[in-house]
Formats: sequence, structure tokens, C-alpha cells
Amino acid sequence: MSDLNTQAVARYKNNFLKEVEERVEDGHWVKMCMQCGVCAGSCPLGPAWQHSPQKIFMMIRAGKREEVLGSDSMWMCTSCYNCIVRCPRKLPITHIMHGLANYAHRLDLAPKGQPTREIARLFWDNLVKTGRVNELKFSLAMYFKDGFAQGIKNAMAMQGIGLGLMKAKRLNPMEIVGGHKCKDIPGIHKMVAKAREIEDRRRGLA
Amino acid sequence: MAKKQYAFYPGCSSQKGASAANFLTSMNVMTEKLDIQLNEIPDWNCCGASIGYGEGGELPRLVINARNLAIAEKELPGQDMVSGCPACWLATRETHERLAEHSSLLAETNEALKEAGLNLNNTVRARHMTEVLIEDIGWDAMKAPVVKPLDGLKIAGYVGCQTNRPFGIAGESFENPKYLDKMIETVGAEPMAKYEQKVTCCGGALAFSEPEKSQKQIRDIVESAYDSGADMIVTPCQLCQANVEIYQSEINKKHGTKFKMPVVYYTQLMSIAYGGSAADAGLNGQLIKADKLEKIAGK
Repeated sequence: MSDLNTQAVARYKNNFLKEVEERVEDGHWVKMCMQCGVCAGSCPLGPAWQHSPQKIFMMIRAGKREEVLGSDSMWMCTSCYNCIVRCPRKLPITHIMHGLANYAHRLDLAPKGQPTREIARLFWDNLVKTGRVNELKFSLAMYFKDGFAQGIKNAMAMQGIGLGLMKAKRLNPMEIVGGHKCKDIPGIHKMVAKAREIEDRRRGLA
Repeated sequence: MAKKQYAFYPGCSSQKGASAANFLTSMNVMTEKLDIQLNEIPDWNCCGASIGYGEGGELPRLVINARNLAIAEKELPGQDMVSGCPACWLATRETHERLAEHSSLLAETNEALKEAGLNLNNTVRARHMTEVLIEDIGWDAMKAPVVKPLDGLKIAGYVGCQTNRPFGIAGESFENPKYLDKMIETVGAEPMAKYEQKVTCCGGALAFSEPEKSQKQIRDIVESAYDSGADMIVTPCQLCQANVEIYQSEINKKHGTKFKMPVVYYTQLMSIAYGGSAADAGLNGQLIKADKLEKIAGK
């Protein structure tokens, strides 16, 4: 168990709802859910969720901390915002799911190797590095996230598409040696580090 | 007529050699014809897209978007920000609104922005290009430059998610927005009224991490276009375009389908209707050739 998690358990004891309200993005909305289930029925990946948002909200109130934070459900969110626009109580469900996923990731309770968790990390690291996403390096990092052999296999499977995109000038092989980037990279790095420091302090994750 | 000026946020995918480079090519032709002047925000950065939350959390995500707003506010004063990419637009508008609502978040954001020598008063409105076309340019002015009406072209208008939700275009419904169909009509083509997957999710970033689940979505989106009788799909979204076009070959391999449905941007339709060549419209960027559109361009 990570230190951050041990501290969180000690601090909130059995009050998981309070923990979510204080530490998860838009978590203070959770108690507004009236369990109508519209979110569950609106999700394009609904069947892939072990626990629908509706269930997640009830589980938070029931104190099912490990089941919620260890669930891979939130990582099924495609950010389509269907649930947000349909929720009769106007809960920002998409943001709460993102917030829960991020919190579970930071406490290292999110499922190990969960593919969306992995690509989310790779994507953020990629964009922060130069201020802009390098699509080629991001694709390669994704293919190789499960090791070299699997990476070659993935890259081979996608090579037709890759070549097609190169031919259409929508993938530039030269991005591997440089590519698009911001000028003020040092400023961006300092700014992002500061933002994280502030947020960690506020959320008790410092 | 004086040109309308906007602070332009191109976004990563529209850069040269990136996955939606042809979007920008076609948009430039369209904006030229409509007297829209786009002033690129100097040194803009990535918006974090829809997957940025996983590692980025809330404040770092808001701050990277606030940086673009702060630069626009300082360097291009008085101009609305406009983006052609729904994800860029959504992230920036969300940032603008959240910081306007919570002064404590704005204070924290400015504490971080200071590290990059910036400050945000949060006065810049973030808008999507389709919003600008509908609200600032208007339907009549959008129709005026049409010299090659796209006669006989049957098009499935696929709006997707993020141009439509959670903000969408004012006055449109989330379940059945009409503006894309109206744009199709404006350039002389026929929108498929029976297209059922207009606002279905393509899987977004999960096309990478959950290919099977996303490809099921894409399959529905393409199949319904065929069922409606469409020659091609048109979309305002870069990720929708990429996902729905690129993975058709994968779906064919796995399921024995014979999908070959072109997927183009509304800006490409306009470029051609406004007299642009196939190259002006970035049609050389299609993986699945939009033959019928190329034919009209060549007339």
C-alpha cells in the first residue's frame, strides 16, 4: 500500500464519502445522485463497466472504498458527456469519473496495467515534455508499453495503417527526432510542476 | 467588408504532418472565402485532450489551458479564441467557465501561470469554428461563396460527441442537432435524414486502449451511414474523423465487412463548394478516397 493511501485511510477512517468530497474533482456532487440510472443507460461503453456511475455513487456512500478505487469502471469513460447532459440532477458525472480515476491512480489503487490508465499517463508525459503532443512518439510508446516483443507485434499489426497515414501526410516519420514543440518549454515545466504542487497540497497528497 | 479577427488555437492534431493536417488545409480555404482572419496564438500548447485527467488531475489540466487563454488575452486583445478541434475547444471553454465560477481556482491558476511569466484575467471567450460560422458569419454568408454546389452528393452528418456535448451549439439539441445537416444543405448536398448514429461516440481516446470496444462503436457509425444511403460521412471532429476512417480496414479484417466509407470534414465540403481544388481541400489526406467529392472538385 502506498504511503499516501495509508495516510488517507487513517485520516478518513470509514467516511469514504467525505474523502471523495474533499479530494476528488467535483466530488462534492456525489451526494446529489438520486439513483435514477439514466447515466448507466446512456454510456456508450455501458456493458463494459463493472459498476455503472449510478452504482459507483451508491458504493461511495456505502463506504466501499477499495471496490471503487480499485475498479476499472471509471477508466471506461470515453468522455462523450452523454451522462452529463442527461443527468436530471445535473451532476458533472464525466468529471467525477475522471476525478475518481485520477485519485485512484495517484494512490496507486487503480488496476495495474489498466490500458486506459497507461495511455493516459503516456499521453500526459508526452504533451508536458514539449508542450505539444508528438503523435508518432505517443503511438510508439503505446505499442511498446507491454514490452519490446509485444511492441514489435503491435507495430507490425498497425503498419498498414501507419504507412497509409504517412502517405497521406498525416504521420511524419521525422517526428521521432524532434517534431513540433513549444518555445517556452522551461516555463511550461515550471508552471505544470507548480500546479501539481498546489493541487497536491490542497488534496492532502503532498 | 472588414475581416473578422480571431485568436486562433490550431491544436496538436492540425499541425503539419499530424493526423488532422488536412483539416487545417481545408479550413484555410474556407476562412479565406468567408473573410475570417485567424491570428495564431503565439507558442500555444496542448489542451490535454480528453485523456489528460488520468495523470494531469484538475489544476494542471486547467493551467495548461489557462496558459493559452492568458497568451491570447495579452497578445491578441479583444479577440475571441477559436479552435477547429472540439477537444481543444471543450478544454479551453471548460477552463474559462470553471475559473470564472471559482475565484479560488483562478487564484491558484495564476500562482502557477506566474512560473511561466503569465497572468490571466479570464476575459477571453473560447469558441468552436462551427459556432463562429453559425453565429458570426451566418447561413446566407456561408452560402454566398458557393460556386460548385455539391449536387447529388448524399452525406451522413456525423456530429459525434464533443462538438455537441457538454456545451454544444446554442439553440441545438444534444440528441438531434441539426446544424451539420444544414451545412450540408448549404453547400448543395443532401443530408441523410435517416442517419441514426449522428451523436454516437466513436470511442475517443479509447480507440487506442480498448480497440474492440471502440471498433464496435465505429462499426455502428459506418454501418448506419451505409443503411441511410450515404456516399460519405462528414464530421466536425478530428478524432471522430481519424477513428471512423482509420479503423474501417481493421473492422473489415476482423468481421469480414467491406467498409470503404469516406469520412471528411465540413471544411472540406466547403472548400470544394467554394471552388477550391482537391488539394486545397486536403482530399489527398484521405485514407479512403472521397471519389465523388474529388470528381466535383475536378469539374
